[in-house]
Amino acid sequence: MKNFITTSIGKKFAMALSAIFLMVFLLQHFLINITSVFSADIFNFLSHFMGTNPLVQFILQPILIAGVIFHFVMGFYLEFQNRKATKYEYHKVRGGANSTWMSRNMIWSGLVILSFLILHFIDFWFPEMNHKYVEFLPEDPNRYYDELVEKFESPVRVLFYCVSFVLLSLHLLHGFSSSLKSMGTNKTYVSTVKNLSNFYAIGIPAGFCFIAVFHLLSHL
Amino acid sequence: MRLTLKIWRQKNSETKGKIESYDIDEISPDMSFLEMLDVLNAKLINEDQEPVSFDHDCREGICGSCSLFINGRAHGPDRRITTCQLHMRKFKDGDTIYIEPFRAKAFPVIKDLVVDRSAFDRIQHAGGYISINTSGNTQDANATPVNKEDADAAFDAATCIGCGACVASCKNSSAMLFVGAKVSQYSLLPQGQTEASRRVINMVNQMDLEGFGNCSNTGACEVECPKGISLDNIARMNRELVKASFK
Repeated sequence: MKNFITTSIGKKFAMALSAIFLMVFLLQHFLINITSVFSADIFNFLSHFMGTNPLVQFILQPILIAGVIFHFVMGFYLEFQNRKATKYEYHKVRGGANSTWMSRNMIWSGLVILSFLILHFIDFWFPEMNHKYVEFLPEDPNRYYDELVEKFESPVRVLFYCVSFVLLSLHLLHGFSSSLKSMGTNKTYVSTVKNLSNFYAIGIPAGFCFIAVFHLLSHL
Repeated sequence: MRLTLKIWRQKNSETKGKIESYDIDEISPDMSFLEMLDVLNAKLINEDQEPVSFDHDCREGICGSCSLFINGRAHGPDRRITTCQLHMRKFKDGDTIYIEPFRAKAFPVIKDLVVDRSAFDRIQHAGGYISINTSGNTQDANATPVNKEDADAAFDAATCIGCGACVASCKNSSAMLFVGAKVSQYSLLPQGQTEASRRVINMVNQMDLEGFGNCSNTGACEVECPKGISLDNIARMNRELVKASFK
């Protein structure tokens, strides 16, 4: 056990575990956000619950942040190790003949997602932390919907969000199934995993895009 | 056929190499790729030039010696073949062909297109074997029943010839398809169970020591493998390592 995490397979296993954790989080984030399309009250209720529940705020939120940081740091570390292992480059290489663009460029789609996350934190998470834990402003259970709508009044922001979600989709198209393969998925489940992966990787980012565009168009 | 060859030339492991260009004609489409290189070398020798060094042995796709990266792909443009099984009819008259050695930090170039793949041997030595009583009490292999599906999967894994195309094709220079195949061919059989745990741990540790990269499941290795070794072997190795590590 003590050596497992130091092996190349152990590191990939840890990377895959953090990816699955983040995908579960993304799904619950989407399920809450999609309620904003049909009911401001439900969205406010769920957001207020997530924003004030001590278990979510003081246990799950730090675990989530640790998971995000771990996934990015491990991603860069593995990329660095892999570049060290390749050392020499071919004069002519035809990567497209044997693998998908998504699988070869996870680091680049990951970097776009990282820049998106920074903007997303500046937009929502930092103001939220400031509101609750720095300025200790009075809690208004109905403020969440208005804050969401206000952010998506900007077409430039919506465009950047949508571009990021396309990259997220590409990242997930490979990452979802890859994480399960890294954890040793049996070949019996390969086609099921592939279908589930495609459904999730296209459906969730498309859903997030829909939410952003919906609020932009609804408040023109 | 008339061809332009862009070939990696490197005097030895200490010197820097570079791509050099050679024009060659009167190449028959029925020649194998290695025969074409033989023709080039005969021409170079006649012109008092250093012939191109390249690995080859059986020339029938069994030994895994040939190791060329041709026009951006390990073993060239065809699938499920080694370089020695590649024929010139796969190219067109007037083509320019890039010929490079398999690239990886763990596969240093010895000369021109010859690379040192002894890292694979050291991984095999670390655990790619089974213990058999050879003291005169050797048991008949058929005395131990093996499930047909497991026997087939073990045989498929055992067809790996260790050519290194998986490493050469992988953007991370990962050797996991090779090691996965070698671990699988034993772990699927009852005869391989005695050393199962220490085999996978030792082989993976040796693979890491040799400086191969991590697998990111691009699947390039499976596509370029001349024997069609499946990615499933990597997943099986991952399961075996988890099982062995948490025992």
